[in-house]
Amino acid sequence: MGFSLLGPLAEGSVRLPLCTFKIPAGFPSPATDHMEQPISLDEVLSLRAPHVYLVTIDGDSMQGVGIFSGDLAVVDRSIEAADGDVVVALLNNEPICKRLCIRGKRVVLCSENPKYPDHHVLEGDDLSIWGVITYSVRSHGH
Amino acid sequence: MATKLPAVFALIDCNSFYASCERVFRPDLAKVPIVVLSNNDGCVIARSYDAKPHIKMGEPYFQIKDRLEALGIVAFSSNYALYGDMSERVMSLIESQLPAVEVYSIDECFADLTGITDPCEVGRQLRSKIVQCTGIPVGVGIAPTKTLAKLANYTAKRLQARTGGVVNLCGERERSWVLRNTPVAEVWGVGRRMTLHLQGMGIMTAMDLASAEPWMLRKKFSVVMEKTARELAGTSCLELDEPDPLKQEICCSRMFGKRLTAMAPIKEAVATYMMRASEKLRAQRSYCRKVRVSIRTGMFNPDEAKYANGVVVTLPYPTDDVRLLTKAAVDAVELVFRPGFKYSKAEVLLLDLRQPGEFTDDLFAINQPAEASRVMAVLDEINGRWGRGTLRAASVPSHPEWAMRRDLMSQSYTTRLDQLWRVG
Repeated sequence: MGFSLLGPLAEGSVRLPLCTFKIPAGFPSPATDHMEQPISLDEVLSLRAPHVYLVTIDGDSMQGVGIFSGDLAVVDRSIEAADGDVVVALLNNEPICKRLCIRGKRVVLCSENPKYPDHHVLEGDDLSIWGVITYSVRSHGH
Repeated sequence: MATKLPAVFALIDCNSFYASCERVFRPDLAKVPIVVLSNNDGCVIARSYDAKPHIKMGEPYFQIKDRLEALGIVAFSSNYALYGDMSERVMSLIESQLPAVEVYSIDECFADLTGITDPCEVGRQLRSKIVQCTGIPVGVGIAPTKTLAKLANYTAKRLQARTGGVVNLCGERERSWVLRNTPVAEVWGVGRRMTLHLQGMGIMTAMDLASAEPWMLRKKFSVVMEKTARELAGTSCLELDEPDPLKQEICCSRMFGKRLTAMAPIKEAVATYMMRASEKLRAQRSYCRKVRVSIRTGMFNPDEAKYANGVVVTLPYPTDDVRLLTKAAVDAVELVFRPGFKYSKAEVLLLDLRQPGEFTDDLFAINQPAEASRVMAVLDEINGRWGRGTLRAASVPSHPEWAMRRDLMSQSYTTRLDQLWRVG
């Protein structure tokens, strides 16, 4: 009678999810059917999307909407900026965070801090919108 | 029976990719010419369009420093963390829009557009989506073969203003115009030496090559050249390649920031490169059985004594344990090091890679202990969470004196929390 030696099984390429809950010997957990994915901030903020960038805010001109100096801001470049959006704008090649206000044919970059005047974009100004701010993240010291 | 649709390929290529990446976070440089330097700030490896007329590829930085300054050209050290991240963004945008994509290099990819009604429109939409989402301008070449798609892309770049960055060579008239107006040297896969040989035979343009006898090309050059000619004539010979299989070798090699004469810092460097190489090894879940370590002096300076040597070390068992690998590599340095030379570079190469389960061990063979694998998993997790080099072998210094010179490096705007772009 012939026989063939089988080598060890090679690892397949399909990776199965690891179930982290224990299977009890007694009664099955009533929660098993209701297990959900853990919450991911990356997903909430779309941080892994190719069109999303993280920047650091440097200045207090937007603190009226709760964006403070040192905060992280999530910038989405796929969104077409509209009136009222908080944006990262390039004003004469300077990156700034402002609220975009479109008043008829005039464009105004508004600060959210009475210390800073609004900037009315003039003919000689070079303005482009780099992206729209969708979220900001601040640390509360711990 | 369904008729087979004629093949349509696209080549999507980023314009002056490295310079474009730098400009995304430096809008003040939008109209300033840029060059990017090789590792160690040695020579020019990339130029923006407006720098091309003034600076040649490969010019040594120390020779052109004054000229750059006089011309107002800004130089950068190569920032591969930034370029790699921006490349991934561009490629994943393309992959989200098109069904089959072959990433060909850091800044270009082929895509299959077969059966798409208006490929030019798809190309234009893709182009505007990529520039909006990443700030990187791209050109799109469309054609019935990969070689023609390359040529279409080259034409899109050359005639940017007339073409809007998208060129389609699926039509006979456009194809023959481009073939007649492109020198043979610009054809994909035709090198400088081959160009001279072809020119000697009267083959001056891409059209001449397309209409040359295929069997003659095969005889005088190779089957590759024959395929190139057939592809130029419109017959598709090259398929879209599948994504990279696992690497069969893993290499980490770098120039030192300065010449090293003692053995100790060379050992540090080799340990550091091994740290990186073993990370790559574990990322693809392979084990390695052999390690090659080599060191060399500068090779081009006539005043320096030249020496290069390497050695292959076989490990006791296939492993991904950085401790074992580092010991083998550092011991290997003792075998190849000769005093009295000024060393400029070291290389670590992992060879004989296997997947777990691929090697049959006999009853008495030693395997990597399970504890070692667990230690490596913890190491990778710590470095993944807190940044590369947080936990490392004691032989790897944090701020080595021999580190690569990268004096003109921009920030890692997209990959380091402490280096994000600052917005006022």
